[in-house]
Amino acid sequence: MKEVAFFAGAIGALGGAIAVIALRNAFYSVLALIVHLISLAGLFLLLQGEFIAAAQIVVYAGAVMVLYVFVAAYVGNVDEPLWEPIPGQRFIAPLLGIALFVELAIAITGSSLQAIDTQGPTVELGFGSPSAIGKLLLERFLIAFEAASLLLLVAAVGAVVLAGRHRAADASAPRETA
Amino acid sequence: MDITWYLVLSALLFAVGVSGVLLRRSPLVILLCLELMLNAGNLALLAFSRSLGNQDGQVFALIVMVIAACEVVVGLGIIVAAYRRRIPLNVDDLRSLRG
Repeated sequence: MKEVAFFAGAIGALGGAIAVIALRNAFYSVLALIVHLISLAGLFLLLQGEFIAAAQIVVYAGAVMVLYVFVAAYVGNVDEPLWEPIPGQRFIAPLLGIALFVELAIAITGSSLQAIDTQGPTVELGFGSPSAIGKLLLERFLIAFEAASLLLLVAAVGAVVLAGRHRAADASAPRETA
Repeated sequence: MDITWYLVLSALLFAVGVSGVLLRRSPLVILLCLELMLNAGNLALLAFSRSLGNQDGQVFALIVMVIAACEVVVGLGIIVAAYRRRIPLNVDDLRSLRG
């Protein structure tokens, strides 16, 4: 049963990932990434990461992707020119990706870590549950938690500054008819 | 399922993300490919956390999610700002930092 769930999640995640880079329209790429993220949340559940799976769906597939959808709709489809700055880029790039995968796969299967050839130890009930993760976040990893929240605040302010309307700049810049 | 399966899947997803960054030239799609790579890393973190029976990796994955959200917010802000100023949205043309 676990095998079926793993392969279903793996096919969804991999198909979504390939669709993200293969589809020409950026809007479809964003939708493909949502499929990828939801499949990945299923895999997280298989790895006993209940809270992470829920956060993946709520934060990622929900909030972050809504942001992407809005920007993709605002900017519209960006035409990617066929001219290539590096000759043969579209053939070299996948080759480099495959080479990286082969290298990583050799590193994983050839490693002498014995724990990765098992299903992992039996864990107590509540492993990865919201209460366990929350306890860790607020006790052992309090500094990381606070730093992350500060970073989020800075990023939010930065985004407002970057994307906010610059009235003076807009008025002085010559308007071209798009 | 052995943990190795999850790690190999994570390596595959990471390689797909890298190929996307090398292949595509729209900054929006490149940001999407960065998400692919960050999520592949998250999958590996959760796999190792499960193989060690230790929840620290899951907290790490949560922090990675926060970092990804920050990166998305700033990246999309730059894309929107470039679009407003009618700068072509192509990473080959976005070479200079000067507005």
